[in-house]
Amino acid sequence: MTGMIGKSWLWVAAVALAVLLPWCFYDFHTGRQSGFVLSMLGQMGMMIILALSYNMLLGQSGLFSLCHATFFGMGGYAMVHFLNAAGDGDLPVPMELMPLLAGLASLALAVVFGYMATKQRATAFAMITLGIGELMATAALMFHHFFGGEGGVSTNRTINNSLFGLTYGPSIQVYYLIVAWTFIAALAMFFLTKTPLGRMANATRDNFERAQFMGYDPRMVRFLQFALSGLFAGIGGGLYAVTYEIVTFDALAAPLSANALLMAYIGGTTVFGGPVLGAVLITLLQSGVSLMSNSWLVYVGVLFICMVIFAPSGIAGLILGHRPIVRAGKLGQLVVPYIRVLIPGLLLVLGFVGLVELTSFLTIGAAQGKTLKLNGNEIDVHATMPWLISAVALIGGGAWLWLEARYFRRVWDGLMADLKAADGKAVRVLA
Amino acid sequence: MEIVLISLLNGLVYGMLLFMLASGLTLIFSMMGVLNFAHASIYMIGAYLAFTVSRFIGFFPALIIAPILCGLLGAGIEVWGLRRVHQNGHIAELLFTFGLVFIIQRGVQMTWGMLPMAYRVPQILDFPLFTLFGANFPAYRGFMLLISAGMLLGTWLLLKKTRVGLIIQAALTHPQMASSLGHNVPAVFTIVFAGGCLLAGLAGVIGGNYQTTEPGMADAMGPIVFVVVVFGGLGSLAGCFIASIIMGMVQTFAVVIDYSLIDLVKPLGISITADNLLTEILTVPVSRIGALLPFAMMILMLLFRPRGLLGTRDT
Repeated sequence: MTGMIGKSWLWVAAVALAVLLPWCFYDFHTGRQSGFVLSMLGQMGMMIILALSYNMLLGQSGLFSLCHATFFGMGGYAMVHFLNAAGDGDLPVPMELMPLLAGLASLALAVVFGYMATKQRATAFAMITLGIGELMATAALMFHHFFGGEGGVSTNRTINNSLFGLTYGPSIQVYYLIVAWTFIAALAMFFLTKTPLGRMANATRDNFERAQFMGYDPRMVRFLQFALSGLFAGIGGGLYAVTYEIVTFDALAAPLSANALLMAYIGGTTVFGGPVLGAVLITLLQSGVSLMSNSWLVYVGVLFICMVIFAPSGIAGLILGHRPIVRAGKLGQLVVPYIRVLIPGLLLVLGFVGLVELTSFLTIGAAQGKTLKLNGNEIDVHATMPWLISAVALIGGGAWLWLEARYFRRVWDGLMADLKAADGKAVRVLA
Repeated sequence: MEIVLISLLNGLVYGMLLFMLASGLTLIFSMMGVLNFAHASIYMIGAYLAFTVSRFIGFFPALIIAPILCGLLGAGIEVWGLRRVHQNGHIAELLFTFGLVFIIQRGVQMTWGMLPMAYRVPQILDFPLFTLFGANFPAYRGFMLLISAGMLLGTWLLLKKTRVGLIIQAALTHPQMASSLGHNVPAVFTIVFAGGCLLAGLAGVIGGNYQTTEPGMADAMGPIVFVVVVFGGLGSLAGCFIASIIMGMVQTFAVVIDYSLIDLVKPLGISITADNLLTEILTVPVSRIGALLPFAMMILMLLFRPRGLLGTRDT
């Protein structure tokens, strides 16, 4: 199967990239890898686990869950307590296996909540999970023994009982632990999609009644998917606890659940690797844009809404939509249309970013005493000119893009029609 | 005794406020099958708009203008947003309203800033209405009760006694049939969505100065409103009303109850000296876990009666 080989190359390439990337940012003055890059890459690893495990629900089973962070956070809290116990010598488990323990703790919680939530599906499922998420987040603030209240619980990861004699003091060691577990979890989730359970999850998503007629219990399928996705999220949470050595209620609150959804959806829920793309992109945005701008959530929100309206199959779906064209060797014909769409698109984005930043510096920035700077030049947010330029770029770019998009659509449809006529087979058109 | 009476009144005020939000949500859900996550965000916009309008032309014009603006916003969301994603299925619609929450949240912060607004009760209503066992009951709360009761009556009359209401009810249960009879069902959808947003906006106007007008108010209100809708039974207005009042009462009474689980067995002579997670659960007073009760109640309800109090179909 050529598809399988192509995919395994992707896996190997991803591992190699993850292992080598920190060394590209090696700082010879300090003799270490850049701390910022390491922590960002580590964060990416955890978020990849979170997004992939979330996609076991949203993409593979059609379940819209709003409490996924509950299991991530549970893994984190459990990990902190395990680490503390191991530090006291009460828990003789090597560090490398600890994340699995954290995952099992989450699995236990996911079994309990899954029993309640998976009685329902669709909208009701979303509501119950919303309730569960809020319940756990409120409980985390109230009960001090396990959750530590608002201050959270902290731990020390240098417990010196590694299988390989590592101390886990330097962050590069922690990073490789994250890489290892991310790939173990991702591989496990990938093979789960090939099992009868994964297939039945797809079946209950696509045609609920037919799956029932075939003699499977859709509720059992939902329950198993829910519990297993909790297990993997818990592993991610365990890695979170190791990295930051403190877990607060942020790790199980609603914003993180929303993040899991955003990452999985923007990346693409229809392809296994989609959430990975989403996790990488959102983490980059989060650590890059949030340094420069107060309003990165606006950009993520708008991006998300645009994806929901125009590209429900996400980034991965968009890329895969080109497959038939690439196979026919006609990708070259799309270059010019792409450039023609890109220019007004860029203009539109610039205008939008300009307006958002101007507005936000007018209120939030002013309250924080910051001023808007572009290439070192200060911009007066009360002057008319910057507003006018941004508005013109937004409106002009929008109108231009609308025209170019119609042209692009014509070229695309023409190509697709050619391909269809050429091999006579049904080609899956981009939704 | 006075605590019970005062809490009863406060619970009623809060419950009616909840109902104003929840009724729109329920109507929208039963008609379009869409659970509008952005409903509480519209509530927040209503409060902020009312603040801005009342600064220029006073509170009472704002009471009319802000909800209408919210209704128009709702109509826009329905026509340009929801209708477009409708073809991609229910999950896409849910996701769309979910994305709106982020944008509205940050949009409000960008326009009005992060700090709470000085949106106050109008002076004309700022006096104690009556005194009950030495505790004042503010006139503004009475005014809130009046507005919400008026809205309840208005919605009921509109739905049950007018031709428009008849068509809405028909489109609610039999959209295809109503459409075949020549009624413009998509337009009815828009009207219902806009109407729900109008009610949310109205709730924002009178709730904004009852609570505080700040960027976190949507996040604080949103989950509770969903709990109300699910608890009362999706799609049932009467159930929604009962659930709103119950939740309002639970929230206000929880604050004043200083007992914990262990107090139930205290007469038996059992006392706790250990200090761990289990004893913490047993000894925590109800007043501290008040915020947790609605969610626990909702989960229990869904476990034992998935259709909610008066729901007609399984959720």
